[in-house]
Amino acid sequence: MSPFIRFEGVVKEFHVPGRGSIRALDGIDLTINKGEVVVIIGPSGSGKSTLLRVVNALERLDEGEIWIGEDRVSAKKADLRRIREDAGMVFQSFNLFSHLSIMENIALAPRLVRKKTKEEARDIAEKLLSRVGLADKLYAYPRQLSGGQQQRAAIARALAMSPQILLFDEPTSALDPEMIKEVLDVMTALAKEGMTMLVVSHEMGFARAAADRVVFMDQGKIVEQGAPSELFSQPKEPRTKDFMRHIL
Amino acid sequence: MIDKAKGRPARRQIPWWLVILAGLGIISVGSVFADASYRVIFAAIGKGMGVTLSVAIISYAFSISLGLGLGIARSSRHRLLREASTFYIELVRGLPMLVILYYIAFVGAPALAGVLNALLSPLIKTGFIPAFQSRNFSFVTRAVLALTLGYAAFIAEIFRAGIDSVDKGQIEAAEALGLSQSQITTRIVLPQAIKNVLPALANEFVAIIKDSALVSVLGVQDLTQLGKVYAASTFKFFETYNVVAFFYLCLTISLSMLVRVLEQRLKDGRK
Repeated sequence: MSPFIRFEGVVKEFHVPGRGSIRALDGIDLTINKGEVVVIIGPSGSGKSTLLRVVNALERLDEGEIWIGEDRVSAKKADLRRIREDAGMVFQSFNLFSHLSIMENIALAPRLVRKKTKEEARDIAEKLLSRVGLADKLYAYPRQLSGGQQQRAAIARALAMSPQILLFDEPTSALDPEMIKEVLDVMTALAKEGMTMLVVSHEMGFARAAADRVVFMDQGKIVEQGAPSELFSQPKEPRTKDFMRHIL
Repeated sequence: MIDKAKGRPARRQIPWWLVILAGLGIISVGSVFADASYRVIFAAIGKGMGVTLSVAIISYAFSISLGLGLGIARSSRHRLLREASTFYIELVRGLPMLVILYYIAFVGAPALAGVLNALLSPLIKTGFIPAFQSRNFSFVTRAVLALTLGYAAFIAEIFRAGIDSVDKGQIEAAEALGLSQSQITTRIVLPQAIKNVLPALANEFVAIIKDSALVSVLGVQDLTQLGKVYAASTFKFFETYNVVAFFYLCLTISLSMLVRVLEQRLKDGRK
Protein backbone atom coordinates (compact mmCIF):
# COMPACT_ATOMS: atom_id res chain seq x y z
CA MET A 1 0.00 0.00 0.00
CA SER A 2 1.19 3.49 -0.79
CA PRO A 3 1.38 6.24 1.80
CA PHE A 4 -1.60 8.52 1.20
CA ILE A 5 -1.22 11.09 3.96
CA ARG A 6 2.27 12.09 5.02
CA PHE A 7 3.28 14.25 7.97
CA GLU A 8 6.93 15.28 8.01
CA GLY A 9 8.32 17.16 10.99
CA VAL A 10 5.01 18.94 11.59
CA VAL A 11 5.08 21.71 14.18
CA LYS A 12 2.12 23.85 15.26
CA GLU A 13 2.35 26.45 17.98
CA PHE A 14 -0.45 28.31 19.70
CA HIS A 15 0.09 31.57 21.48
CA VAL A 16 -1.66 31.61 24.81
CA PRO A 17 -1.84 35.01 26.50
CA GLY A 18 0.21 34.94 29.68
CA ARG A 19 1.74 31.53 29.04
CA GLY A 20 3.76 32.21 25.94
CA SER A 21 3.53 29.75 23.08
CA ILE A 22 2.52 26.13 23.39
CA ARG A 23 3.61 23.47 20.93
CA ALA A 24 0.43 21.58 20.12
CA LEU A 25 2.33 19.54 17.56
CA ASP A 26 6.03 19.08 18.18
CA GLY A 27 7.68 17.34 15.25
CA ILE A 28 5.11 14.83 14.05
CA ASP A 29 6.13 12.21 11.47
CA LEU A 30 3.30 9.93 10.39
CA THR A 31 2.10 8.21 7.26
CA ILE A 32 -1.35 6.84 6.62
CA ASN A 33 -2.03 4.42 3.81
CA LYS A 34 -5.02 4.35 1.55
CA GLY A 35 -7.84 2.42 3.21
CA GLU A 36 -6.17 2.48 6.61
CA VAL A 37 -8.07 3.35 9.78
CA VAL A 38 -5.90 5.11 12.33
CA VAL A 39 -7.18 5.94 15.80
CA ILE A 40 -5.39 8.63 17.79
CA ILE A 41 -5.56 8.54 21.56
CA GLY A 42 -3.92 10.59 24.26
CA PRO A 43 -4.62 12.86 27.23
CA SER A 44 -6.44 16.11 26.64
CA GLY A 45 -4.16 18.83 25.39
CA SER A 46 -1.86 16.30 23.74
CA GLY A 47 -2.47 17.74 20.27
CA LYS A 48 -4.79 15.04 18.88
CA SER A 49 -7.40 17.42 17.53
CA THR A 50 -4.77 19.75 16.13
CA LEU A 51 -3.28 16.81 14.26
CA LEU A 52 -6.60 16.42 12.44
CA ARG A 53 -7.14 20.11 11.89
CA VAL A 54 -3.86 20.64 10.11
CA VAL A 55 -4.75 17.95 7.54
CA ASN A 56 -7.58 19.99 6.03
CA ALA A 57 -5.83 23.28 6.80
CA LEU A 58 -8.31 24.49 9.40
CA GLU A 59 -5.04 25.29 11.18
CA ARG A 60 -1.94 26.35 9.26
CA LEU A 61 1.42 24.78 10.08
CA ASP A 62 4.38 26.56 11.56
CA GLU A 63 6.96 24.04 10.32
CA GLY A 64 7.04 20.77 8.40
CA GLU A 65 5.09 19.36 5.50
CA ILE A 66 1.81 17.52 5.00
CA TRP A 67 0.77 15.79 1.81
CA ILE A 68 -2.60 14.35 0.83
CA GLY A 69 -1.68 12.20 -2.15
CA GLU A 70 0.14 14.60 -4.47
CA ASP A 71 -1.24 17.77 -2.88
CA ARG A 72 1.02 19.62 -0.48
CA VAL A 73 -1.32 20.97 2.19
CA SER A 74 1.51 22.97 3.73
CA ALA A 75 2.24 24.88 0.50
CA LYS A 76 1.78 28.64 0.77
CA LYS A 77 -0.62 28.69 -2.15
CA ALA A 78 -2.22 25.32 -1.45
CA ASP A 79 -5.50 24.69 -3.25
CA LEU A 80 -7.63 24.70 -0.11
CA ARG A 81 -10.80 23.86 -1.97
CA ARG A 82 -9.31 20.70 -3.42
CA ILE A 83 -7.75 19.67 -0.12
CA ARG A 84 -11.03 20.14 1.69
CA GLU A 85 -12.93 18.23 -0.96
CA ASP A 86 -10.50 15.36 -0.42
CA ALA A 87 -10.57 15.43 3.37
CA GLY A 88 -14.02 15.37 4.97
CA MET A 89 -14.40 16.21 8.63
CA VAL A 90 -16.78 15.18 11.40
CA PHE A 91 -16.80 17.36 14.50
CA GLN A 92 -17.38 16.64 18.17
CA SER A 93 -20.31 19.07 18.29
CA PHE A 94 -21.75 17.95 14.91
CA ASN A 95 -21.89 21.53 13.58
CA LEU A 96 -24.84 20.89 11.31
CA PHE A 97 -26.02 24.15 9.75
CA SER A 98 -28.84 25.06 12.09
CA HIS A 99 -30.83 27.13 9.57
CA LEU A 100 -30.97 24.35 6.97
CA SER A 101 -32.87 21.08 6.84
CA ILE A 102 -30.90 17.85 6.99
CA MET A 103 -31.30 17.43 3.24
CA GLU A 104 -30.06 20.97 2.57
CA ASN A 105 -27.17 20.44 4.98
CA ILE A 106 -25.97 17.55 2.87
CA ALA A 107 -26.79 19.02 -0.54
CA LEU A 108 -25.20 22.42 0.10
CA ALA A 109 -21.54 21.61 -0.52
CA PRO A 110 -22.15 19.38 -3.58
CA ARG A 111 -24.16 22.22 -5.09
CA LEU A 112 -21.84 25.11 -4.23
CA VAL A 113 -18.45 23.43 -4.49
CA ARG A 114 -19.04 20.60 -6.94
CA LYS A 115 -21.63 22.56 -8.97
CA LYS A 116 -24.15 19.71 -8.95
CA THR A 117 -27.71 20.50 -9.96
CA LYS A 118 -30.41 20.70 -7.34
CA GLU A 119 -31.74 17.28 -8.37
CA GLU A 120 -28.32 15.59 -8.35
CA ALA A 121 -27.50 17.03 -4.93
CA ARG A 122 -30.85 15.90 -3.62
CA ASP A 123 -30.26 12.38 -4.91
CA ILE A 124 -26.88 12.31 -3.18
CA ALA A 125 -28.48 13.47 0.07
CA GLU A 126 -31.26 10.89 -0.11
CA LYS A 127 -28.85 8.01 -0.80
CA LEU A 128 -26.46 9.00 1.97
CA LEU A 129 -29.22 9.55 4.51
CA SER A 130 -30.65 6.12 3.92
CA ARG A 131 -27.12 4.76 4.25
CA VAL A 132 -26.81 6.23 7.75
CA GLY A 133 -30.37 5.21 8.62
CA LEU A 134 -32.01 8.63 8.44
CA ALA A 135 -34.06 8.28 5.26
CA ASP A 136 -37.12 9.62 7.07
CA LYS A 137 -35.38 12.78 8.36
CA LEU A 138 -34.84 14.51 5.04
CA TYR A 139 -36.82 17.62 5.95
CA ALA A 140 -36.13 17.67 9.67
CA TYR A 141 -34.03 20.47 11.12
CA PRO A 142 -30.93 19.67 13.17
CA ARG A 143 -32.50 20.80 16.46
CA GLN A 144 -35.29 18.24 15.96
CA LEU A 145 -32.84 15.32 15.91
CA SER A 146 -31.12 13.51 18.76
CA GLY A 147 -27.37 13.89 19.13
CA GLY A 148 -26.72 10.50 17.58
CA GLN A 149 -28.93 11.30 14.61
CA GLN A 150 -27.24 14.66 14.17
CA GLN A 151 -23.83 13.06 14.15
CA ARG A 152 -24.93 10.46 11.59
CA ALA A 153 -26.29 13.27 9.42
CA ALA A 154 -22.95 15.06 9.82
CA ILE A 155 -21.15 11.95 8.61
CA ALA A 156 -23.50 11.85 5.60
CA ARG A 157 -22.70 15.51 4.94
CA ALA A 158 -18.97 14.79 4.92
CA LEU A 159 -19.51 11.78 2.64
CA ALA A 160 -21.49 13.86 0.15
CA MET A 161 -18.25 15.35 -1.16
CA SER A 162 -16.93 11.81 -1.80
CA PRO A 163 -13.79 12.47 0.24
CA GLN A 164 -10.61 10.38 0.01
CA ILE A 165 -10.18 10.50 3.76
CA LEU A 166 -12.49 11.21 6.69
CA LEU A 167 -11.26 13.02 9.78
CA PHE A 168 -13.25 12.35 12.97
CA ASP A 169 -12.65 14.74 15.86
CA GLU A 170 -13.99 12.99 18.98
CA PRO A 171 -17.24 12.12 17.19
CA THR A 172 -18.90 10.49 20.19
CA SER A 173 -17.67 12.65 23.06
CA ALA A 174 -20.71 14.92 23.05
CA LEU A 175 -23.20 12.05 22.90
CA ASP A 176 -25.29 10.36 25.55
CA PRO A 177 -24.09 6.79 26.14
CA GLU A 178 -27.08 5.19 24.45
CA MET A 179 -26.39 7.08 21.23
CA ILE A 180 -22.72 6.29 20.93
CA LYS A 181 -23.29 2.87 19.40
CA GLU A 182 -25.38 4.09 16.46
CA VAL A 183 -22.60 6.46 15.44
CA LEU A 184 -19.84 3.89 15.95
CA ASP A 185 -21.82 1.39 13.86
CA VAL A 186 -21.86 3.82 10.94
CA MET A 187 -18.13 4.46 11.37
CA THR A 188 -17.34 0.75 11.58
CA ALA A 189 -19.32 0.14 8.39
CA LEU A 190 -17.34 2.87 6.63
CA ALA A 191 -14.07 1.34 7.81
CA LYS A 192 -15.14 -2.06 6.47
CA GLU A 193 -15.92 -0.48 3.10
CA GLY A 194 -12.31 0.65 2.87
CA MET A 195 -12.63 4.34 3.74
CA THR A 196 -9.38 5.92 4.89
CA MET A 197 -10.05 7.29 8.35
CA LEU A 198 -8.15 9.32 10.92
CA VAL A 199 -10.10 9.19 14.16
CA VAL A 200 -9.51 10.97 17.44
CA SER A 201 -11.49 8.91 19.92
CA HIS A 202 -11.23 7.07 23.20
CA GLU A 203 -13.75 4.44 22.17
CA MET A 204 -11.61 1.36 22.72
CA GLY A 205 -14.33 -0.92 21.37
CA PHE A 206 -14.28 0.92 18.06
CA ALA A 207 -10.47 0.92 17.97
CA ARG A 208 -10.38 -2.84 18.56
CA ALA A 209 -13.08 -3.58 15.99
CA ALA A 210 -12.12 -1.20 13.20
CA ALA A 211 -8.66 0.31 13.63
CA ASP A 212 -5.61 -0.91 11.77
CA ARG A 213 -3.37 1.16 13.95
CA VAL A 214 -3.58 3.11 17.19
CA VAL A 215 -1.35 6.14 17.77
CA PHE A 216 -0.73 7.41 21.29
CA MET A 217 0.14 11.08 21.56
CA ASP A 218 1.34 13.13 24.50
CA GLN A 219 2.53 16.75 24.66
CA GLY A 220 2.48 17.19 20.90
CA LYS A 221 4.56 14.11 20.15
CA ILE A 222 3.76 10.60 19.00
CA VAL A 223 4.84 8.43 21.89
CA GLU A 224 3.97 5.02 20.54
CA GLN A 225 1.95 3.38 17.80
CA GLY A 226 0.92 -0.12 16.84
CA ALA A 227 -1.91 -2.53 16.20
CA PRO A 228 -4.76 -2.01 18.68
CA SER A 229 -4.31 -5.41 20.32
CA GLU A 230 -0.62 -4.73 20.97
CA LEU A 231 -0.95 -1.19 22.13
CA PHE A 232 -3.85 -1.86 24.46
CA SER A 233 -2.51 -5.05 26.05
CA GLN A 234 1.25 -4.59 25.95
CA PRO A 235 2.18 -0.91 25.73
CA LYS A 236 5.97 -0.43 25.79
CA GLU A 237 6.32 3.16 26.89
CA PRO A 238 5.66 4.04 30.54
CA ARG A 239 3.53 7.04 29.54
CA THR A 240 1.34 4.82 27.37
CA LYS A 241 1.00 2.30 30.20
CA ASP A 242 0.01 5.05 32.59
CA PHE A 243 -2.61 6.40 30.16
CA MET A 244 -4.05 2.93 29.47
CA ARG A 245 -4.44 2.30 33.18
CA HIS A 246 -6.59 5.40 33.39
CA ILE A 247 -8.95 4.77 30.51
CA LEU A 248 -9.31 0.98 30.39
CA MET B 1 -58.41 17.21 38.44
CA ILE B 2 -55.47 16.40 40.66
CA ASP B 3 -53.22 18.51 38.46
CA LYS B 4 -55.58 21.40 38.80
CA ALA B 5 -55.56 21.14 42.57
CA LYS B 6 -51.78 20.92 42.71
CA GLY B 7 -50.54 23.49 40.25
CA ARG B 8 -52.04 26.89 39.93
CA PRO B 9 -53.06 27.40 36.31
CA ALA B 10 -50.52 29.63 34.61
CA ARG B 11 -52.30 32.97 34.52
CA ARG B 12 -50.98 35.61 32.19
CA GLN B 13 -50.23 38.83 33.97
CA ILE B 14 -52.40 41.70 32.87
CA PRO B 15 -50.16 44.37 31.32
CA TRP B 16 -51.52 47.37 33.23
CA TRP B 17 -49.29 49.81 31.40
CA LEU B 18 -50.98 48.81 28.18
CA VAL B 19 -54.47 49.00 29.67
CA ILE B 20 -53.83 52.52 30.93
CA LEU B 21 -52.30 53.61 27.63
CA ALA B 22 -55.18 52.14 25.66
CA GLY B 23 -57.58 53.93 27.99
CA LEU B 24 -55.84 57.24 27.38
CA GLY B 25 -55.96 56.48 23.66
CA ILE B 26 -59.68 55.91 23.77
CA ILE B 27 -60.17 59.11 25.75
CA SER B 28 -58.21 61.06 23.14
CA VAL B 29 -60.16 59.58 20.26
CA GLY B 30 -63.37 60.30 22.15
CA SER B 31 -62.33 63.87 22.72
CA VAL B 32 -62.02 64.32 18.97
CA PHE B 33 -65.73 63.73 18.64
CA ALA B 34 -66.61 65.73 21.73
CA ASP B 35 -64.39 68.73 21.16
CA ALA B 36 -64.40 70.63 17.90
CA SER B 37 -61.00 72.23 18.47
CA TYR B 38 -59.36 68.79 18.91
CA ARG B 39 -60.93 67.72 15.63
CA VAL B 40 -59.25 70.65 13.90
CA ILE B 41 -55.89 69.87 15.51
CA PHE B 42 -56.13 66.22 14.51
CA ALA B 43 -56.83 67.12 10.93
CA ALA B 44 -54.05 69.74 10.81
CA ILE B 45 -51.34 67.54 12.29
CA GLY B 46 -52.44 64.25 10.74
CA LYS B 47 -51.19 65.55 7.42
CA GLY B 48 -47.67 65.13 8.78
CA MET B 49 -48.16 61.42 9.36
CA GLY B 50 -47.30 60.61 5.75
CA VAL B 51 -44.09 62.64 5.87
CA THR B 52 -43.02 61.14 9.19
CA LEU B 53 -43.68 57.62 7.98
CA SER B 54 -42.05 58.03 4.59
CA VAL B 55 -38.96 59.71 6.03
CA ALA B 56 -38.69 56.87 8.56
CA ILE B 57 -39.32 54.07 6.08
CA ILE B 58 -37.00 55.37 3.36
CA SER B 59 -34.17 56.17 5.79
CA TYR B 60 -34.64 52.79 7.43
CA ALA B 61 -34.48 50.90 4.13
CA PHE B 62 -31.30 52.70 3.06
CA SER B 63 -29.66 52.38 6.45
CA ILE B 64 -30.38 48.63 6.53
CA SER B 65 -28.49 48.13 3.27
CA LEU B 66 -25.65 50.46 4.20
CA GLY B 67 -25.53 49.03 7.72
CA LEU B 68 -25.38 45.47 6.41
CA GLY B 69 -22.41 46.37 4.21
CA LEU B 70 -20.67 48.15 7.10
CA GLY B 71 -21.43 45.29 9.49
CA ILE B 72 -19.94 42.73 7.12
CA ALA B 73 -16.91 44.94 6.57
CA ARG B 74 -16.55 45.39 10.34
CA SER B 75 -16.15 41.64 10.85
CA SER B 76 -14.16 41.13 7.65
CA ARG B 77 -10.76 39.49 7.48
CA HIS B 78 -9.41 42.37 5.43
CA ARG B 79 -7.79 44.87 7.70
CA LEU B 80 -8.52 47.89 5.50
CA LEU B 81 -12.25 47.14 5.30
CA ARG B 82 -12.39 46.52 9.02
CA GLU B 83 -10.55 49.70 9.93
CA ALA B 84 -12.53 51.84 7.49
CA SER B 85 -15.92 50.65 8.70
CA THR B 86 -14.89 50.88 12.36
CA PHE B 87 -13.73 54.44 11.73
CA TYR B 88 -17.07 55.36 10.21
CA ILE B 89 -19.12 53.63 12.89
CA GLU B 90 -17.22 55.13 15.81
CA LEU B 91 -17.30 58.59 14.23
CA VAL B 92 -21.02 58.60 13.58
CA ARG B 93 -22.01 56.94 16.84
CA GLY B 94 -20.06 59.57 18.70
CA LEU B 95 -22.13 62.41 17.28
CA PRO B 96 -25.60 63.52 18.36
CA MET B 97 -28.17 62.78 15.66
CA LEU B 98 -29.08 66.47 15.57
CA VAL B 99 -25.49 67.44 14.79
CA ILE B 100 -25.35 64.87 11.98
CA LEU B 101 -28.53 66.36 10.62
CA TYR B 102 -27.13 69.91 10.62
CA TYR B 103 -23.89 68.66 9.16
CA ILE B 104 -25.51 66.88 6.24
CA ALA B 105 -27.99 69.66 5.62
CA PHE B 106 -25.62 72.62 5.68
CA VAL B 107 -22.16 71.12 5.04
CA GLY B 108 -22.85 67.84 3.27
CA ALA B 109 -25.35 69.06 0.71
CA PRO B 110 -23.21 71.92 -0.70
CA ALA B 111 -20.19 69.58 -0.65
CA LEU B 112 -22.15 66.89 -2.49
CA ALA B 113 -23.23 69.44 -5.09
CA GLY B 114 -19.58 70.44 -5.54
CA VAL B 115 -18.47 66.81 -5.92
CA LEU B 116 -21.21 66.06 -8.44
CA ASN B 117 -20.33 69.18 -10.42
CA ALA B 118 -16.68 68.16 -10.52
CA LEU B 119 -17.51 64.60 -11.55
CA LEU B 120 -20.01 65.57 -14.20
CA SER B 121 -18.22 68.71 -15.39
CA PRO B 122 -17.91 67.51 -19.03
CA LEU B 123 -21.65 67.00 -19.23
CA ILE B 124 -22.38 70.29 -17.52
CA LYS B 125 -19.99 72.24 -19.76
CA THR B 126 -21.70 70.97 -22.88
CA GLY B 127 -24.98 72.09 -21.37
CA PHE B 128 -26.28 68.53 -21.31
CA ILE B 129 -27.36 68.86 -17.69
CA PRO B 130 -27.53 71.96 -15.53
CA ALA B 131 -24.97 72.52 -12.78
CA PHE B 132 -25.92 71.19 -9.35
CA GLN B 133 -26.64 73.59 -6.57
CA SER B 134 -27.25 72.68 -2.98
CA ARG B 135 -30.83 73.84 -3.31
CA ASN B 136 -31.34 70.96 -5.75
CA PHE B 137 -31.38 68.76 -2.68
CA SER B 138 -34.62 69.32 -0.84
CA PHE B 139 -34.57 69.38 2.91
CA VAL B 140 -36.48 66.10 2.95
CA THR B 141 -33.70 64.51 0.89
CA ARG B 142 -31.07 65.91 3.23
CA ALA B 143 -33.01 64.70 6.26
CA VAL B 144 -33.32 61.21 4.81
CA LEU B 145 -29.62 61.19 3.95
CA ALA B 146 -28.67 62.26 7.47
CA LEU B 147 -30.90 59.71 9.18
CA THR B 148 -29.59 57.02 6.82
CA LEU B 149 -25.94 57.81 7.52
CA GLY B 150 -26.56 58.02 11.25
CA TYR B 151 -28.68 54.90 11.60
CA ALA B 152 -26.42 52.86 9.29
CA ALA B 153 -23.77 53.02 12.03
CA PHE B 154 -26.15 51.70 14.70
CA ILE B 155 -27.51 49.03 12.40
CA ALA B 156 -23.98 48.01 11.39
CA GLU B 157 -23.23 47.31 15.04
CA ILE B 158 -26.36 45.16 15.28
CA PHE B 159 -25.34 43.17 12.23
CA ARG B 160 -21.82 42.79 13.59
CA ALA B 161 -23.19 41.44 16.87
CA GLY B 162 -25.35 39.04 14.87
CA ILE B 163 -22.39 37.87 12.82
CA ASP B 164 -20.33 37.40 15.99
CA SER B 165 -23.14 35.38 17.54
CA VAL B 166 -22.93 32.68 14.88
CA ASP B 167 -21.24 29.61 16.34
CA LYS B 168 -17.65 29.25 15.11
CA GLY B 169 -18.31 25.55 14.56
CA GLN B 170 -20.74 26.44 11.78
CA ILE B 171 -18.02 28.34 9.97
CA GLU B 172 -15.47 25.58 10.48
CA ALA B 173 -17.87 22.97 9.15
CA ALA B 174 -18.43 25.08 6.05
CA GLU B 175 -14.70 25.61 5.62
CA ALA B 176 -14.08 21.90 5.99
CA LEU B 177 -16.56 21.26 3.16
CA GLY B 178 -14.58 23.52 0.83
CA LEU B 179 -16.95 26.50 0.70
CA SER B 180 -15.32 29.80 -0.20
CA GLN B 181 -15.28 32.74 2.21
CA SER B 182 -18.02 34.56 0.29
CA GLN B 183 -20.16 31.42 0.16
CA ILE B 184 -19.72 30.98 3.90
CA THR B 185 -20.76 34.57 4.50
CA THR B 186 -23.84 34.52 2.28
CA ARG B 187 -25.02 30.95 2.84
CA ILE B 188 -24.09 30.17 6.44
CA VAL B 189 -23.26 33.26 8.48
CA LEU B 190 -25.70 35.90 7.26
CA PRO B 191 -28.88 33.79 7.28
CA GLN B 192 -28.22 32.84 10.89
CA ALA B 193 -26.98 36.27 11.92
CA ILE B 194 -29.98 38.08 10.42
CA LYS B 195 -32.42 35.74 12.09
CA ASN B 196 -30.70 36.39 15.42
CA VAL B 197 -30.92 40.17 15.09
CA LEU B 198 -34.42 40.56 13.60
CA PRO B 199 -35.97 41.84 16.84
CA ALA B 200 -33.13 44.31 17.36
CA LEU B 201 -33.46 45.51 13.77
CA ALA B 202 -37.19 45.97 14.19
CA ASN B 203 -36.57 48.01 17.33
CA GLU B 204 -34.36 50.32 15.30
CA PHE B 205 -37.37 51.09 13.14
CA VAL B 206 -39.26 52.25 16.20
CA ALA B 207 -36.24 54.35 17.13
CA ILE B 208 -35.98 55.89 13.67
CA ILE B 209 -39.64 56.90 13.80
CA LYS B 210 -38.93 58.81 16.98
CA ASP B 211 -35.71 60.34 15.68
CA SER B 212 -37.46 61.38 12.48
CA ALA B 213 -38.95 64.15 14.61
CA LEU B 214 -35.52 65.79 14.42
CA VAL B 215 -36.07 66.59 10.75
CA SER B 216 -38.51 69.27 11.90
CA VAL B 217 -35.50 71.47 12.63
CA LEU B 218 -34.97 71.61 8.86
CA GLY B 219 -38.56 72.68 8.36
CA VAL B 220 -39.66 69.33 6.95
CA GLN B 221 -43.43 69.13 7.38
CA ASP B 222 -43.61 66.06 9.61
CA LEU B 223 -45.84 65.51 12.65
CA THR B 224 -43.56 67.45 14.96
CA GLN B 225 -43.09 70.40 12.63
CA LEU B 226 -46.83 70.71 11.97
CA GLY B 227 -47.43 70.55 15.70
CA LYS B 228 -44.85 73.23 16.32
CA VAL B 229 -46.36 75.53 13.71
CA TYR B 230 -49.92 74.92 14.85
CA ALA B 231 -49.14 75.50 18.51
CA ALA B 232 -47.21 78.67 17.74
CA SER B 233 -50.07 80.14 15.77
CA THR B 234 -52.92 79.13 18.09
CA PHE B 235 -51.18 78.98 21.49
CA LYS B 236 -52.98 75.68 22.16
CA PHE B 237 -49.76 74.05 23.28
CA PHE B 238 -51.34 71.46 25.57
CA GLU B 239 -53.88 70.19 23.06
CA THR B 240 -51.48 70.27 20.12
CA TYR B 241 -48.69 68.33 21.78
CA ASN B 242 -51.22 65.86 23.14
CA VAL B 243 -52.21 65.13 19.59
CA VAL B 244 -48.59 64.93 18.41
CA ALA B 245 -47.77 62.49 21.21
CA PHE B 246 -50.88 60.48 20.40
CA PHE B 247 -49.78 60.00 16.79
CA TYR B 248 -46.26 58.94 17.77
CA LEU B 249 -47.50 56.56 20.45
CA CYS B 250 -49.91 54.91 18.03
CA LEU B 251 -46.99 54.18 15.73
CA THR B 252 -44.36 53.19 18.28
CA ILE B 253 -46.44 51.11 20.66
CA SER B 254 -48.15 49.11 17.94
CA LEU B 255 -44.77 48.44 16.32
CA SER B 256 -43.16 47.51 19.65
CA MET B 257 -45.91 44.99 20.21
CA LEU B 258 -45.34 43.52 16.78
CA VAL B 259 -41.66 43.19 17.66
CA ARG B 260 -42.59 41.27 20.80
CA VAL B 261 -44.73 38.88 18.79
CA LEU B 262 -41.86 38.43 16.33
CA GLU B 263 -39.42 37.75 19.17
CA GLN B 264 -41.76 35.18 20.70
CA ARG B 265 -42.21 33.48 17.32
CA LEU B 266 -38.45 33.23 16.84
CA LYS B 267 -38.02 31.87 20.34
CA ASP B 268 -40.72 29.22 19.80
CA GLY B 269 -39.16 28.30 16.48
CA ARG B 270 -35.85 27.57 18.16
CA LYS B 271 -37.27 24.98 20.55
